[in-house]
Amino acid sequence: MSAAPVLVMDRVSLEAPGAGLARPVLQDFSLLLERGELIALVGESGSGKSMAARAILQLLPPGVRQCGGRILFAGTDLAVLPPAQLRAVRGAQIGLVMQEPMVSLNPAMTIYRQLEEGLRLHRELSPGERYTACHEMLARVGIPDPPRCLSAFPHEFSGGQRQRIMLASVMLLRPKLLIADEPTTALDTLNQREVLDLIVALAREAGVAVMLITHNLALVGRYAQRVVVLEKGRIVETGAARAVLESPQHEYTRTLVASLPRRAPPRDRFSAPTRELLTVTDLRVKAPQRKDAAHSTVWAVDGVSLKVRPAEILAVVGGSGSGKTTLGRAILGLIPRAAGEIELEGIDPLTTDRRQRAAFRRATQLIFQDPYASLDPRMRVLDIVGEPLRHVRELTTGERRSRAEEMLEEVGLRGLAARFPRELSGGQRQRVAIARAVVARPKFVVADEPVSALDATIQSQVLALFRRLQRQYGFASLFITHELGVVEQIADRVIVMQRGRIVEEGAVAAVFDHPQAAYTRELLEATPTIPVVSSSTQVCVDVD
Amino acid sequence: MPGWSKTGFPVQSLLGFVLVGLLLLTVGVAQFWTPYGPLAIDLNAPLAPPSWRHWFGTDEFGRDVLSRAMAGARISVGIGCATVSCAITAGALLGTLAGFLRGWTDRVLMTINDALLAFPGMLLALGFIAVFAGGEGAIVLALSVAYLPSVVRVVRSVVLSIREREYVEASRVMGNSSAYSMLRHVVPNALPQVAVLATNLFGWVVLSESALSFLGVGIPAPAPSWGNMLAAARPYLASAAWLTIAPGACVMATLLGVNWLSDTLLERLRPGSRS
Repeated sequence: MSAAPVLVMDRVSLEAPGAGLARPVLQDFSLLLERGELIALVGESGSGKSMAARAILQLLPPGVRQCGGRILFAGTDLAVLPPAQLRAVRGAQIGLVMQEPMVSLNPAMTIYRQLEEGLRLHRELSPGERYTACHEMLARVGIPDPPRCLSAFPHEFSGGQRQRIMLASVMLLRPKLLIADEPTTALDTLNQREVLDLIVALAREAGVAVMLITHNLALVGRYAQRVVVLEKGRIVETGAARAVLESPQHEYTRTLVASLPRRAPPRDRFSAPTRELLTVTDLRVKAPQRKDAAHSTVWAVDGVSLKVRPAEILAVVGGSGSGKTTLGRAILGLIPRAAGEIELEGIDPLTTDRRQRAAFRRATQLIFQDPYASLDPRMRVLDIVGEPLRHVRELTTGERRSRAEEMLEEVGLRGLAARFPRELSGGQRQRVAIARAVVARPKFVVADEPVSALDATIQSQVLALFRRLQRQYGFASLFITHELGVVEQIADRVIVMQRGRIVEEGAVAAVFDHPQAAYTRELLEATPTIPVVSSSTQVCVDVD
Repeated sequence: MPGWSKTGFPVQSLLGFVLVGLLLLTVGVAQFWTPYGPLAIDLNAPLAPPSWRHWFGTDEFGRDVLSRAMAGARISVGIGCATVSCAITAGALLGTLAGFLRGWTDRVLMTINDALLAFPGMLLALGFIAVFAGGEGAIVLALSVAYLPSVVRVVRSVVLSIREREYVEASRVMGNSSAYSMLRHVVPNALPQVAVLATNLFGWVVLSESALSFLGVGIPAPAPSWGNMLAAARPYLASAAWLTIAPGACVMATLLGVNWLSDTLLERLRPGSRS
């Protein structure tokens, strides 16, 4: 190795101002990254992984400061560089791709102006050369029709495309180091795979070192050579990605690996499938119309029929825009449908009969993806959980209260009854949301991506809780998710949706082991799992 | 320095509390005691400059300016509170209805509202006073109507944004009625912003009352209000400028204090802003 390594971090420590004492954010963080290498930084929210990246760029949030160690980028200590030279390094030599491209792209500028901005700042090219460079890079990242794209605005693209554009703008400057901070967390499985493949390919072509920050351990196995596992600001384990995943040494890494979704053993189903609980026949729902496309109707749900039996978990999977969320809402009667029948124990959710409608509402519940948004910020946890019991007429006020308290205990939140949602962690909030959904003993629960916003270990705990409650109370559920791993863990049957239609349906094991539709195969293929990495035969417990 | 006001000493909030506290104290004291009678004429000392006997001087009839400003505080604050209560109550009711029910209710209410909003508030107030003659009641009514449209607008937009939140939808899924969802989930979450609006409005109303009195359609002489004191002082600006100091400073201090207080409220009442 002739040149200095791209990045050396030597016992870097960061601290944030706390109440009285400074709170350590990162402690003795050391790392060495060579040209062309891809290293993954893994940890849950608050583990300090993003802070490590920000420290490299000398872009720490106000208050957080480096209190020890050195960061050498290509042999230079960035901390002592004057601001002008530091700016020449940022962007030009160290590129950053962040989680949400809609936020990092300026909505008021055309794509060309945003791409060109960096080129103008950091590279001396004529306007013509700049245009060609942008054009070529967009084509390289797989954006169809680059000339049109260059004159378009960010909102005209899907999440996956925006992330590609973001990647293009970063790679245009030919950085030596690319920091990708949760680049695909906001994307669905297929897009996730494509964007990551692209990052790896581009990095390889240009010999760029990549630091991939993620909470998804399964991605590490597929893409990274080395992995650094962070817990509460400390490195707990580091090594070759494969070795760490196959035989994690530290207890925390073991928990992380263990919390990767695995298929649950098929459950003993009650023998004869009795009557159906929910029947949906040929449901059609219109997609919200853009004003300029008034003449053609777009169907968000396009002729879906399904049946849910009592106490059954039916998973609905598909990429973003496949209509799965719309399906769940239409079934609950929250949005109007254009055609089709919905019946839950003989009741149509849109019935005009007051009493029937009340009965329908009592029998159904919805769990949202973002528990923070779905809990009233001005209510205490106990009141939130107890609210659905208003409609359980046979209970007295005291009974309602004790029932809510029991429910809280059951979801493991004893002692938090008087808290407000903002005083809880993400996992605790989702437990509150689940408690609220289950407390009135519904027969049917729509769960819309209930664990997608949670960290891996929390995710598996919440899923386990959901399954336990489901067995205990025997409600049926439509479980909407884009993560196939979650489906394997929790569902009895699965429906695969693409563009508003069902492309495949069946028992989880059957669909996952012998997918029929091409789209299902693509989804399965794009889902990173530990077995994919372990080509060494003895650990291989692949799906086939 | 960013973040200083959050962790450091909250100078603005403290000043806001002090100024508003002083104002309320003045109103209370003026009920029972002022240095001189606010209407007591002393023809021996017209237009006396500030002195130990008359801190802010006397006006053309020899009335003590400080005493009149103190008495005027009662009228200004009284009108401010009454107007804010009326405008906010009615505005919040209409705004909430329009925002939550949408549809026809919304369209009808907002059309009328926009029509009212098209008139300058002061013009609207003048018109009302012309119809209902003078007096405190008429001023409160006129100012309430003048400020109502903007309150309705703001409350409606707040309610519109809150009713789309997931917890309101969750309430619907539970089977709660619209009225219940509105009272239990929408209104409490809109309250902080309405409270801020109210404090802001108070400042504006005090200013408008002064303006109306200054124009001669507000509080009729000889009763003192900050506005008509300023109006009466106008001919003497060149010779007896002290006449404007006390009422002018009162209006300014009130506005500053109330605005600082409303900033503090906004900061404190936002959910999740604790600690």
